[in-house]
Amino acid sequence: MTNRKRSALIARVLVYTGTLLTLALLLLMVGYILVKGIPGLSPELFAWEYNSENVSLMPALVNTLLMTVLSLLIAAPLGIFAAVYLTEYAKRGSRLVGIVRITAETLSGIPSIIYGLFGLLFFVTSLGLGMSLVSGALTLSIMILPVIMRATEEALLAVPGEYREGSFGLGAGRLRTVFKVVMPSATPGILAGIILGTGRIVGETAALIYTAGTVAQVPQSIFDSARTLSVHLYALASEGLYNNQAYATAAVLLVTVVGINALSAYLAKRVARRQYG
Amino acid sequence: MKKWKENIAKIVFIIAAFVSVIAVALICIFLFANGIPGMTKIGILKFLMGTQWKPGSGVYGILPMILGSIYVTAGALIIGVPAGILTAVYMSRFASGRIVKLIKPAVSLLAGIPSVVYGFFGLMVVVPLIRAVFGGSGSSMLAASIILGVMILPTIISISESALNAVPKSYYEGALALGATHERAVFKIVLPAAKSGVTAGVILGVGRAMGEAMAVMMVAGNQARMPAGLLKGVRTLTSNIVMEMGYAAELHREALIATAVVLFVFILVINLLFSILKRRTKV
Repeated sequence: MTNRKRSALIARVLVYTGTLLTLALLLLMVGYILVKGIPGLSPELFAWEYNSENVSLMPALVNTLLMTVLSLLIAAPLGIFAAVYLTEYAKRGSRLVGIVRITAETLSGIPSIIYGLFGLLFFVTSLGLGMSLVSGALTLSIMILPVIMRATEEALLAVPGEYREGSFGLGAGRLRTVFKVVMPSATPGILAGIILGTGRIVGETAALIYTAGTVAQVPQSIFDSARTLSVHLYALASEGLYNNQAYATAAVLLVTVVGINALSAYLAKRVARRQYG
Repeated sequence: MKKWKENIAKIVFIIAAFVSVIAVALICIFLFANGIPGMTKIGILKFLMGTQWKPGSGVYGILPMILGSIYVTAGALIIGVPAGILTAVYMSRFASGRIVKLIKPAVSLLAGIPSVVYGFFGLMVVVPLIRAVFGGSGSSMLAASIILGVMILPTIISISESALNAVPKSYYEGALALGATHERAVFKIVLPAAKSGVTAGVILGVGRAMGEAMAVMMVAGNQARMPAGLLKGVRTLTSNIVMEMGYAAELHREALIATAVVLFVFILVINLLFSILKRRTKV
């Protein structure tokens, strides 16, 4: 074998090994959790009451839904409106736009434990909201704000300029153009962002432990503490007493988040196809 | 009437755009205002360079945690960077379109898995495995590095892949025309040309690894002492906060917030580096 051929072969082997390693790790992790978790899915695990004899995941599941709805109610309008301002109103290259972009980028780089600590200091303590559903939701809504902003911006930018010009030409104002012409054609992209944010909410733990707390019941009001499914899994894993239930909970969490992300990716792809196709 | 509506809407949109500015300002103010006083009370040098963390006796040195974070991140890079870059090279220059269509969703699946699930997998599989092979408790720097190495893979892969795809076709073709093999052209020409994009991906991975709390905490053992070896327990800046924030009070609490300040500064520097590199790639 010539030298040239040998080094090509080595490079090829390296590339294949690296890729196979990545895929094997993924398969191993997902497969292991599903195989160990799915047999543990029993009707008792979905009972309405959580107690030490039956560590039902139902209250945590309901709390996750409540947390998601509440966080999105705050973050979705803010994120969408912010993106509308950046793409439809602001002058290109204006200083304000630059500052907003930089801060949004900063937000998306901040680790979730910092969000959790900030939520504890600001919402829980300073605003006196206590460890509660609403403190958790406010914290998470800041965390997912850049996700929704970015996706909405991209979706709005993908709407052809002729749409806007046509609408202006027919005598519509800017506001009307945004809501009746631009937004409807950007809906899938905006939805993709909102759903991606949902995935982040459902998977989040560190930002919630000290803001929403760890009470394993469905709260009476939004000012009560409530643990989501991720926090529930963390609690089960650190107690170490309910391994089968923990596996089952991990499987439910994994399938939920992966499903949500897949839906988001599907919608985003539809936007891309329309843009280039 | 119409004008009036337009103006209100514009103001609402501007306010919404400002929320992220306000949020960043609030986060900075609250972290620094609550963390810096504690830091000065302890003594900045004593706090940053102190090798002992004993809240019971009022000793607050976070050097063990700073080193813990750095070591664990370095370990994650040793695992994640080669595998990530090679996977990106495969996707960008070796695989057929059909295979890429299969691998891409797999990589984004990996990115979407919640960190607590990574931690749980580490706790149930990686930690017992290390215990069985090397002895000891298994909860160790090695376990944390492995889990973090897998967690940063999707970040490195997706950013490196787009950097590789952005390299002009003529570079590759030129190399072939000069008689290079496909492999040589990819590794000697295309990969170096994508260097700053790939580096940006690695830096973003560093940020993720350093900021990760739950997964690390579940597998690292969390002993608050100077890192003693690959198979010994280690505590990071993030897990220090999560472990003790629940019951800390007074100076102890301030010291934990100061820990977050240190972490925050690390992350800001990393993100700054990332955006500088990203800007350079675009030009």
